[in-house]
Amino acid sequence: MSSAMLELILEATLDTLYMVALSGAVSAVIGIPLGVLLYVTRPGQILAQPVAQRVLGIVTNIGRSIPFIILMVAIIPFTRLVVGSSIGTNAAVVPLIIAAIPFVARLVEGALNEIPPGLIEAAQAMGATPLQIITKVLLPEAKGGIINGLTITVVTLVSYSAMAGAVGGGGLGDLGIRYGYNRFDPMIMLITVAILVVMVQGFQSLGDRLVRKADHK
Amino acid sequence: MIKLDGVSKTYGAGPTAIHALKNIDLEVPKGAIHGVIGLSGAGKSTLIRCVNLLERPTEGHVIVDGQDLTQQDSEALRQSRHQLGMIFQHFNLLASRTVFDNVALPLELMGVSKGEIRERVGPLLDLTGLTDKATQYPAQLSGGQKQRVAIARALASRPKVLLCDEATSALDPQTTASILELLQDINRKLGLTILLITHEMEVVKSICHRVGLISDGELVEEADVGDFFTAPATQLGRDFLNAFLELEPPQVLVERLEEAPGEHTHPVVRLAFSGANVATPLISRLARDSGVDVSILQAKVESIQGRTLGLMIAELIGTPEKTSQALSQLESHDINVEVLGHVQRDA
Repeated sequence: MSSAMLELILEATLDTLYMVALSGAVSAVIGIPLGVLLYVTRPGQILAQPVAQRVLGIVTNIGRSIPFIILMVAIIPFTRLVVGSSIGTNAAVVPLIIAAIPFVARLVEGALNEIPPGLIEAAQAMGATPLQIITKVLLPEAKGGIINGLTITVVTLVSYSAMAGAVGGGGLGDLGIRYGYNRFDPMIMLITVAILVVMVQGFQSLGDRLVRKADHK
Repeated sequence: MIKLDGVSKTYGAGPTAIHALKNIDLEVPKGAIHGVIGLSGAGKSTLIRCVNLLERPTEGHVIVDGQDLTQQDSEALRQSRHQLGMIFQHFNLLASRTVFDNVALPLELMGVSKGEIRERVGPLLDLTGLTDKATQYPAQLSGGQKQRVAIARALASRPKVLLCDEATSALDPQTTASILELLQDINRKLGLTILLITHEMEVVKSICHRVGLISDGELVEEADVGDFFTAPATQLGRDFLNAFLELEPPQVLVERLEEAPGEHTHPVVRLAFSGANVATPLISRLARDSGVDVSILQAKVESIQGRTLGLMIAELIGTPEKTSQALSQLESHDINVEVLGHVQRDA
């Protein structure tokens, strides 16, 4: 294989990592608070806001129900507004973030669901404020579950980013389609898939290790 | 220290409303250990959760140490809750925190400095016998140890009152005994007022000073523990006591028991003696003086917080005149007599 080809593979790998890392980080920063909000505003919860909770839940569900490939195309004007272009890795990151935020939010909400309600009650009995309950009880107790959710998100983002590549986003998906599929180069196809597999394995075992460290159950 | 004044709690409204608590008046003096006992669903949990307003009463006032909690805004209520430690049936410890950090939690919430937290947590771990467990996580502890952590945590804010919500119900009898001992110790050492709810008579018997009996959201009976165990005022109280003491007439006899006396029947009675009466040979004296024969079906002596209590189920055999004379003689000796029924002698 030519060194130009190797360089292309390396570049595509870095592009994919860049897209996954950036969209993962941003969607975590927005998705975790959103998931907490979805949880604490439920009826009977510490900051119950049933109407706002419903609205937020519906918006989250809409975000989750749009197929990624459609979302990507549908928000092109928005993407252009944010990054100034609708192609390239930066442009791919925008729909990745939009798709991952509700995903993260629901996974975080699910992780919070696992906390026994008695813990919140105990904190309330100690005179904790709602913010203290979130920072000292909910987030630390759900840490393992949240990390697990973020791992699932990152793995999903790896495959979504490959899809984004197909519409000019760059990265391994792009490489695989253009060289492997369009030019019938099975070697390239195999290599891109192999790299993606290794990447997913790596993220998953890193995530598992962090969950084990966070969990004292 | 704690005063519930006409506290009611209703869930829902209209014909489907559930009245969990109905007009409860309860007073617990400073330094007392007060138990509330009742069957599941009687409203015990709602009652204790109304004291620190985890449940807000629909009506009535909750006054702790002179402060009416029901009138306080949320900030003042949070401050008041530092005066009210609480422990739970399922411990409710944070799995993500070590024993030390669990005990430190209420202090962190109060904004106590790190240095002071270290100074205050140590003695609490000593008191609860957990010093060597400080760096362990709750998952590594036994149930009894977890409840000790919960007790240490509840005491961290130096409360005046400790609320115990079925604190020993998830523990085995031996562990229950050691936790009760710890609670009693804390009550004596720190002068802490304790309100506990339970469905276990054992808890009431071993540490409570006074006991209330709750049924269907109402406080139906309240008495000093010694009196309650000698002569409960209500049928429910008697049921609780008999089940606890396992003092029921034998099944073959129960089947033959008739409510009304007949021509050739003898009364079956449940006698409860306390204090000096236990040591007096009352039964043989009764047999001699009244001329009735006493057939003892069951008997036991219990010691309840230093008071001795004798219990007996007996059949009094004699003519109607003699047995009724015997009954009044027993009553005149301050013995609690309950006629369980009448039985045909030669059936």
